[in-house]
Amino acid sequence: MDYTAVIGLEVHTQLSTESKIFCSCSAGFGAEVNANTCPVCLGMPGMLPVLNKEVVSRGIKLGLAVGSSIARTSIFARKNYFYPDLPKGYQISQYELPICEGGGLEITLSDGSRKRIALTRIHMEEDAGKLIHGQNLGHPDSSYVDLNRTGVPLLEIVSEPELRSSEEAKLYLEKLKTILEYLGVSDCNMEEGSLRCDANVSVMPKGSDTFGTRAEVKNMNSFRYLQKAIDYEIERQIALIEEGGVVVQESRLYNPDRNVTISMRSKEEAHDYRYFPDPDLVTLEVSDEWVEDVRNSLPELPDAKRTRFMERYSLPLYDADVLTKSRDVADYFEEALKTGGAPKTISNWIMGDILRIINERSLTPAQCPITPVMLGELVSLIENKTISGKIAKTVMEEMEKSGKNPKAIVEEKGLVQITDSSAIETEVDKIIDCNPGQVAAYKGGKEQLIGWFVGQVMKATRGKANPGVVNELLKEKLDKA
Amino acid sequence: MSLTEEDVRRVATLARLELSVEETQKFRGQLSSIIDYIGQLNELDTNDVEPTSHALDLKNAFREDVCERKFDKESWKSNAPQTGHGHFRVPRVIEE
Ligand SMILES: [Zn+2]
Repeated sequence: MDYTAVIGLEVHTQLSTESKIFCSCSAGFGAEVNANTCPVCLGMPGMLPVLNKEVVSRGIKLGLAVGSSIARTSIFARKNYFYPDLPKGYQISQYELPICEGGGLEITLSDGSRKRIALTRIHMEEDAGKLIHGQNLGHPDSSYVDLNRTGVPLLEIVSEPELRSSEEAKLYLEKLKTILEYLGVSDCNMEEGSLRCDANVSVMPKGSDTFGTRAEVKNMNSFRYLQKAIDYEIERQIALIEEGGVVVQESRLYNPDRNVTISMRSKEEAHDYRYFPDPDLVTLEVSDEWVEDVRNSLPELPDAKRTRFMERYSLPLYDADVLTKSRDVADYFEEALKTGGAPKTISNWIMGDILRIINERSLTPAQCPITPVMLGELVSLIENKTISGKIAKTVMEEMEKSGKNPKAIVEEKGLVQITDSSAIETEVDKIIDCNPGQVAAYKGGKEQLIGWFVGQVMKATRGKANPGVVNELLKEKLDKA
Repeated sequence: MSLTEEDVRRVATLARLELSVEETQKFRGQLSSIIDYIGQLNELDTNDVEPTSHALDLKNAFREDVCERKFDKESWKSNAPQTGHGHFRVPRVIEE
């Protein structure tokens, strides 16, 4: 039988605020163990959490960016469970009346079609601490607790179960990450855990409209693991059903080393979270002015930027998509355009060499040794025929190595293109004289030999001849020869 | 409404309490009568009453996003029952 997978994602993103959500401890990464703690985030008796206003603004910001409705009245709740990463015995989260409801975002599938994935809700909550178990740090019978992360603000973004493959899940997460980065609400560093993802996965017979029982897969901290874990889970459930078994509703932990998901039965009872409104945190009311203020601070979002790039710069969809995936890359592109170079040529260089350089060296576009101005100048040198496209490659390599600007490199190395046709003519004559065999073959109808002739002239001029001029002269001379 | 012993055991598990058979029976009676007492509220017609989330009629208590160290970097240790390797140390919580 054929099956359809049904997937919904719950994404947690850490907000890059200065302080934690309910106390003034630093929300930064990388401090000494437990140094960023205080009685509030340690859960000491009598402490009083007070909401960080910026966290609300960022929740509203994301909500507006994905078209959610912003709740004018919102409350915090206690989610009760016992675990040493949570010193209070409950996590402050939102349950009823979250800050945002509804909305959605659009993904572009591999065939170029678009699909909108609806969101259920976005809510604010606090992160839990970090545990290291047994001999990974010390005694095999102990666990060790670092509470620096406890109380770092999170937004949880819950999608409707509208994803149908691990590929769609990956595209959805990529799109969400792009939006979060554009908004500057989170740095989305997956290695440091500032973007984490759980997936609700079920399968149903193809054509059915009744969802199967779902399992929740946890602990996928990279795009690759997300896809592999979902694929594994879909296969597992199908195999189970085919054997006459039944999928049980449970949490499963993804183990990347073995590429399997493992049941977390021990945590089952924890599903009774006994949510209730947190009496320490008063009702949150968001005014229209507040929402409008945040709306006015929204940057141009990826979809709008992509459309603008296609319309204003006549870029193909593919280029516009690649360039707008990162706000920094899009900014780099527009900076380079200011030098007056052709958009499509600049786009080609960015999608090729520039992205390769920054990916290879793990740089941000702003850290790239080739600045947007240098790239723009390089493109201008090609366009005004000072250098050929081939020589430009050499100049690019040199810029990467030395960080010098392209004009200086071209002058220093004597790379200026020969556009003077008399100089090229001399070379063309020489090649024709020295290769009577090829000339005869060409005249006998092997016209593709023109490429070989061009190659010879370019070689003789060490790539500096203008290929257009070479082509023209060769055709003219060969016809007369 | 009367709770079953199973209900009592479940509540005890969630609260990490270990109850003897006698205690389970004793608390079954006590918890049932508490719930019945509170249950009297169900006799009221609350159709036109907004759900209450807080007893106080206060709204919007905020702090600005300012990071401030109010306690010494080592102060977390002062109330820790056990520490080790610079961390809080607790009984191991996951099996291999
Ligand atoms: Zn704190």
